[in-house]
Amino acid sequence: MYSEKVMNHFSNPRNVGEVENANGVGTVGNPQCGDIMKLTIRVEDDIIKDVKFKTFGCGAAIATSSMVTELVKGKSLDEAEKISNATVAEALDGLPPVKMHCSNLAADALHSAIEDYKKNESK
Amino acid sequence: MKKIYFDHNATTPVAEEIFEAMVSYLSDEWGNPSSIHWAGRAPKKAIDEARENVSALLNCTPQEVIFTGSGSEGNNLAIKGTVFSRKAKGNHIITTRVEHPSVMSTLKYLEREGFEVTWLDVDTEGMIDLAQLEKSITPKTVLITIMSANNETGVILPVGEIGRIARAHKVLFHTDAVQAAGKVPLNVKDINCDLLTISAHKLYGPKGVGALFVKRGVRVVPIIHGGHHERRRRGGTENVASIVGLGKACEMALRDMDEVSSRVRALRDRLEKGLMEKIPYTTRNGHPENRLPNTANLGFEFVEGESLLLNLDMLGIAASSGSACTSGSLEPSHVLIAMGIRPELSHGSVRFSLGRVNTAEDVDYLLNKMPPIVERMRSMSPLWSAEEGKRAEISFEEKGH
Repeated sequence: MYSEKVMNHFSNPRNVGEVENANGVGTVGNPQCGDIMKLTIRVEDDIIKDVKFKTFGCGAAIATSSMVTELVKGKSLDEAEKISNATVAEALDGLPPVKMHCSNLAADALHSAIEDYKKNESK
Repeated sequence: MKKIYFDHNATTPVAEEIFEAMVSYLSDEWGNPSSIHWAGRAPKKAIDEARENVSALLNCTPQEVIFTGSGSEGNNLAIKGTVFSRKAKGNHIITTRVEHPSVMSTLKYLEREGFEVTWLDVDTEGMIDLAQLEKSITPKTVLITIMSANNETGVILPVGEIGRIARAHKVLFHTDAVQAAGKVPLNVKDINCDLLTISAHKLYGPKGVGALFVKRGVRVVPIIHGGHHERRRRGGTENVASIVGLGKACEMALRDMDEVSSRVRALRDRLEKGLMEKIPYTTRNGHPENRLPNTANLGFEFVEGESLLLNLDMLGIAASSGSACTSGSLEPSHVLIAMGIRPELSHGSVRFSLGRVNTAEDVDYLLNKMPPIVERMRSMSPLWSAEEGKRAEISFEEKGH
């Protein structure tokens, strides 16, 4: 039911863990659906230098988390903010329809981490 | 790749002897059992024999057996067929919150059609309260439908007691015995039921065939109208080969049940004990004793069921999840939720259902392979703090839905 790319990211997830000295954290989830993602980022000069994830969730949730870390590593905040849940799903060659809403939260976690970073900066 | 099957509550492999019994009815003996001529004679005889075999397993008469196209059809016929014929008497039905979708959806449909349904709660071990059941009966109650054993947890419900209560109040009692059949003895006289559903493919028989026991004198209106088949209660030319398969499956179940069940129970206990010892924060879902000998439903905290199943599948191990996510719905299992289990834990629950083909080596393979998978998944889970070896305190923004 999952694409090869999803299974690849699921069985061999990239950037698992938590960034040391993270200056942005985003945690989003939906326990009803059984998906919770925590994304930590290290931003320097408006560039996402490092990003890692921890995810409780199904195959799609883990694959989208892994994919979003690959998509944003080294990108500017402006570029990262443009990434949507749809972009992530597309990069994985699509997700089963039933998973599009529930388990496709990785971009939400990213935006939440960026927001957190900006809030920390303005303090 | 190794292939180990721990999903017998979903379906079972067709047994060689059942397959062999069926084959000639898909080739040489192709006749219509209703025909008066030579072509129909052998198929007719085969169906009669199958009916005898089904009735022997259930301890009823052959005339009390209706062949159906599935367990779901049997449940539909049992429920709609009885309540539609009793509209003059009342419109109230009693059931539980843990029934199979084929019962639940039928009752939800009937609610929309004006029937009233009482959904009995279950306790944390999946058992109903018999006093609650008795209190729910009203003069308008026409049917009690409660499963014999739950498909997800294997919990066996007290159908004998339920049958006695139903009889005392002169209310019809139907039980969905699709999971119980072949695993524990089923005797319609002990259960005191008026209707009972079984399905062949849970008994090492083919898919697409089942049977409904309807006690003599109980009126059931058909939901598939047609000819004279099945005493006018289920239209459609008989699916001869499959019916033969069901009959053989019942014969085999009656013959082998004691031996298979005690062997499977020992394997299940070894699996359950092993996983609970090797993997911390593992809990059993369901009553520890009152359950099918083949089923273990275990909750693995801090990890999600579908991911676990995918990882097990990559090692050739087939099991299924308490999370209905895998079956295309997003809600966690209605059975585990009804038992009061937290959504995250019910999402992290896995059902292992064993069968006659399993061996101690299969179980040991799982016991070796599964603990590292759970450990790796927990190390990726924001709900788990690896350093402290306990639940991590996190808060999060609700998204989705």
